[in-house]
Amino acid sequence: MLDWIWLIPFLPMVGAIINGTVGRRFPKWAVNIIACGSIFAAFVVSVASFIALTHLDPSQRFHEVTLFSWIATGSTSIDLAYLMDPLSSVMTLIVTGVGFLIHVYSVGYMHHDSSYNRFFTYMNLFCFAMLTLVLGNNFLVLFVGWEGVGLCSYLLIGFWFEDQEKAKAGMKAFVVNRIGDFGFLLAMFFIFMHFGTLNFREVMAAAPTAITAATATLICLLLFLGACGKSAQLPLYVWLPDAMAGPTPVSALIHAATMVTAGVYMIARCNILYSMAPGAMATVATVGAITALFAGTIAIAQNDIKKVLAYSTVSQLGYMFIAMGVGAYAVGIFHLMTHAFFKACLFLGSGSVIHGMHDEQDMRKMGNLRKYMPHTYRTFLIATIAIAGIPPLAAFFSKDEILWMAWSGGFKAQWALGFLAAGITAFYMFRLVFMTFFGEERHDEHVKGKVHESPWTMYVPLYVLMGLSIVGGWVGIPEALGGANHFHHWLAPVLDTGSMEGARHAAALVGDIGPSAAYASGGGGGGEGHSIIEYILMFASVGWALIGIAFAAFCYLKRTDIPAKAAASAKGVYELLYNKYYVDEIYDAVFVKGLVALSNHFWKFWDVVVIDGAANGLAKVVRATGGGLARLQTGQAQGYALAVAIGTVALLAFFAAHATL
Amino acid sequence: MDHILSVITFIPLVGALIILLMDKRAAGLIKGFALTVSLINFAVSLPLWWRFDSANPGMQFVENAPWIQSLGVNYFIGIDGISLFLVLLTTFLTVICLMSSWTIEKRIKEYMFFFLMLETGMIGALVSLDLFLFYIFWEAMLIPMYFLIGVWGGKERIYAAVKFFIFTMVGSLLMLVAILALYFMNIGAGNEATFSIIELYKLNLAPNVQFWLFAAFCLAFAIKVPMWPVHTWLPDAHTQAPTAGSVILAGVLLKMGTYGFLRFAMPLFPNAVEQFTPFMMTLAIIGIIYGALVAMVQDDIKKLVAYSSVSHLGYVMLGIFALNQQGVVGGLYQSLNHGISTGALFLLVGVIYERRHTRMIKDFGGLAKQMPFYAAIFMIMTMSSIGLPGLNGFVGEFLIMLGTFLSSKIAAVFAAFGVILAAAYMLWMYRRVFFGPLDNEENQNLKDLNALEWGYLLPMVILVFWMGIYPGSFLGKMETTVESWLGQVSDKRIACAQLTEKPTLASLIADGLDNYSR
Repeated sequence: MLDWIWLIPFLPMVGAIINGTVGRRFPKWAVNIIACGSIFAAFVVSVASFIALTHLDPSQRFHEVTLFSWIATGSTSIDLAYLMDPLSSVMTLIVTGVGFLIHVYSVGYMHHDSSYNRFFTYMNLFCFAMLTLVLGNNFLVLFVGWEGVGLCSYLLIGFWFEDQEKAKAGMKAFVVNRIGDFGFLLAMFFIFMHFGTLNFREVMAAAPTAITAATATLICLLLFLGACGKSAQLPLYVWLPDAMAGPTPVSALIHAATMVTAGVYMIARCNILYSMAPGAMATVATVGAITALFAGTIAIAQNDIKKVLAYSTVSQLGYMFIAMGVGAYAVGIFHLMTHAFFKACLFLGSGSVIHGMHDEQDMRKMGNLRKYMPHTYRTFLIATIAIAGIPPLAAFFSKDEILWMAWSGGFKAQWALGFLAAGITAFYMFRLVFMTFFGEERHDEHVKGKVHESPWTMYVPLYVLMGLSIVGGWVGIPEALGGANHFHHWLAPVLDTGSMEGARHAAALVGDIGPSAAYASGGGGGGEGHSIIEYILMFASVGWALIGIAFAAFCYLKRTDIPAKAAASAKGVYELLYNKYYVDEIYDAVFVKGLVALSNHFWKFWDVVVIDGAANGLAKVVRATGGGLARLQTGQAQGYALAVAIGTVALLAFFAAHATL
Repeated sequence: MDHILSVITFIPLVGALIILLMDKRAAGLIKGFALTVSLINFAVSLPLWWRFDSANPGMQFVENAPWIQSLGVNYFIGIDGISLFLVLLTTFLTVICLMSSWTIEKRIKEYMFFFLMLETGMIGALVSLDLFLFYIFWEAMLIPMYFLIGVWGGKERIYAAVKFFIFTMVGSLLMLVAILALYFMNIGAGNEATFSIIELYKLNLAPNVQFWLFAAFCLAFAIKVPMWPVHTWLPDAHTQAPTAGSVILAGVLLKMGTYGFLRFAMPLFPNAVEQFTPFMMTLAIIGIIYGALVAMVQDDIKKLVAYSSVSHLGYVMLGIFALNQQGVVGGLYQSLNHGISTGALFLLVGVIYERRHTRMIKDFGGLAKQMPFYAAIFMIMTMSSIGLPGLNGFVGEFLIMLGTFLSSKIAAVFAAFGVILAAAYMLWMYRRVFFGPLDNEENQNLKDLNALEWGYLLPMVILVFWMGIYPGSFLGKMETTVESWLGQVSDKRIACAQLTEKPTLASLIADGLDNYSR
């Protein structure tokens, strides 16, 4: 079975080729079957590969399939090759599983769109690129997927390209991601220089002896720059909120569940390198923690339902990076998975709301939708409870474990930021629920009486994702709560070497307590020495989340006048949050306008005035003094010959006359 | 002896001469004939690909016959892994260009005549292994191109043509002097009079002599590439040239510059290369960044593509001067890629220009709705141009940057920065032309691609994917040649560095003149 893993990316690619070339002549049902069928087939192959892996001894759970030699010259030899191991297998299951549900949902959501086949072509193409990303056995194949998902993201954000703003958002995503790619490319060159290969297994095996900690730090920081672009972390997160211009299924698939987690996956894949670079790890954890809080605060003041979810995604990705930075790689991937479930559910739910509200996205114009959209309401509420971190739903296990890992690893500051953000998350998510599904109806005139529930193709995937948001966390219940932490054990062959090493280095660097025994319970799979602190923190974060929810209920259900008053009394703070700390404006003024001005200067001054001025001036001088060169412009062959001869003789004479040069 | 290279070189010339005899009123016949000639030539050249022995690093399909014996001039031609694909690119692009020239209405007979002459000139320059012969073809290319711009160009065509001519001519003259100097020095060293490049490779010159000769060759080729700051002829020439002229200019003529470095300047004067490398890399990097930035603020699509060429060719030069396998192969590969993707972009600009008689970005917007296939192909070429993995541009860029990194990290950092800018200027243009509302009335009835346009664009699209997904078909043929080329350059550099006596350039030439007159 494992020899067929290349089918996982290739099936969606075939779907994209068929729908992209002849799809416009097909009826819609045929386009659906090709698009959803190909991704479902990929899911089946992923499941089969997963089962095949389970039959292997844990140390033997990897399989590489080389398709052909891609770029080979001199000492460089890079294959187009795929690798299936526990980490890839988790990722393929998420991408194909959640991807399939979102494809089915899109059948309903995009039903009326005139570019139906184009949409599914891009979606399938995206799945191909994303699966190549998670299955590539070397950095360059990963990069193929990395850029491929970027392209699809660009095409899908600007899917409704007739709206210039949407097209702008797509372009912004691509260009900002390129800044990250700059780091990724340089990291690859460093890796090639030191290892002579880009193959993951070879690099990781050789890393401890081949490079110094300083080199590892440099490589890891450059890779992290790439991750910041793709996974929307500070300071490169600015594209993701704008990316909400795309159709909502796109936001769910690309900008929540899969593509934006590519940076997290990539760091997990390179865990051995990171573990050699404590400075880089501390940077990752810190950036993640700051981003988690920063984005969470912005989400409080947004009124566009998708914008809230977008900032929430940035914030949740921050948690995943905290996990990476403290060396709890498996926990980070765990949160990646649970986040894929509940955030996909939330985005698709918001899509259902937007659909039912006739393209209204402003929450101030919603309210009381639970009456009209019971399925959407129910699933959305459960997913919101999940993201808020209420047990026993998914994010409770994953997010709490991240915070515990940060605390026990000695990253107290990062823990504090993450903890703070957790309560804020609960607040803004319930603010969203209350503004949308509860309270009075603030609907616009033209939608009144027309609000409707979505068709079954849309709410069935919602229920499935809701189910996953509930049970998804149960595969990774930590030993401290009497669970078996299957998820962690499954990933252990890929991630454990790095976890243990990394934890020790990183904790030593931040100068706090050494790795506590508790580390082993989550990080190493030991199972001994749960400190009382772990339980205290668990209660604290649940309590903190409940406070957030209660406060949201108080503000948005009971005393609905409070938010406006609060905004008025703390106008400065509110404006700052509402305008997203003015980051876009600052970037635009400094980078965009600055570069355009510089470019115009190069063109209009250097090219036109200096260089051309010199050349034309020279020509004028020549024309004025001798008649010879003027002849050049007549197009007569004799003219050229004469010029050639004169020039040659003159220069030869010059050289001969000067004895030394 | 195999005469395939001579056949490929002179079929277009014969075709051009036959066109001279044709009635100029028979426009369709002339166009059909010219296209047939180019197709035949392409078909004849294609077997070079599989007949080329990739294990042999030396010259293949060699023909060598005495021509002007008293001067040691030979009709000496051949190809290796460096020139093989440039020859194929030339025969291929000529077919594409003549297809796209089907819509030419003015002076068809002369146009076709010059175009076929140009093909002979280009192929001749690429296969010549005799410096004298090379120089003749090199100059012979210049004249048809001058007329193509000057007669069939846009409003400012005369200015552009003269600028093109003067820039190129200045470089060429210095090169001619250097060629003659080299020739006499070779005689001065006691060798037989020869212009054979293979023989001249063996002439070991002291580094200070190499410096000046390299400088002369370098200027000629740098203007052709074009490298910053001698690039300003290019935007004018490109903007004013007819579509096919731009395609051939970008696709082949610019490559004559990079080819010249690889074939002549660098292996002849390796110690000078060593001295010049930091300087050349700096110019290449300035070209990459500067070209990209200036491209970003252009309001004419064609001029934008022209400036993007300055940036792209900066990458090619950077790779070549990295002087390692990855860099040189990457540079060579990128010069082919640039011929395909930039060539295709010029064709695409031509398509819209024919319909609207404007190339100003502000006149467009929302075209993706009206011309979806045109927009799709334009998108593919845009992505190829900005180096999306899976398409051709990435393979070249990656190898170039990797090679550059291995020889100079700081240069690679700048080169990688250029990748960001490339995305910015291409996508910004694409957005303004193809996205947004279709609000200009004149654009609301535009027709999508017709059969002829599909005919010449589709082969380009296929190549973009092929060269991106399976570059092995191409890289495999370059591999051995580049390896031995690098060995030859470094061996010779070591040999020459040991030259203790340092004769001056002038004394060497004087010796040569003496020997020659005896």
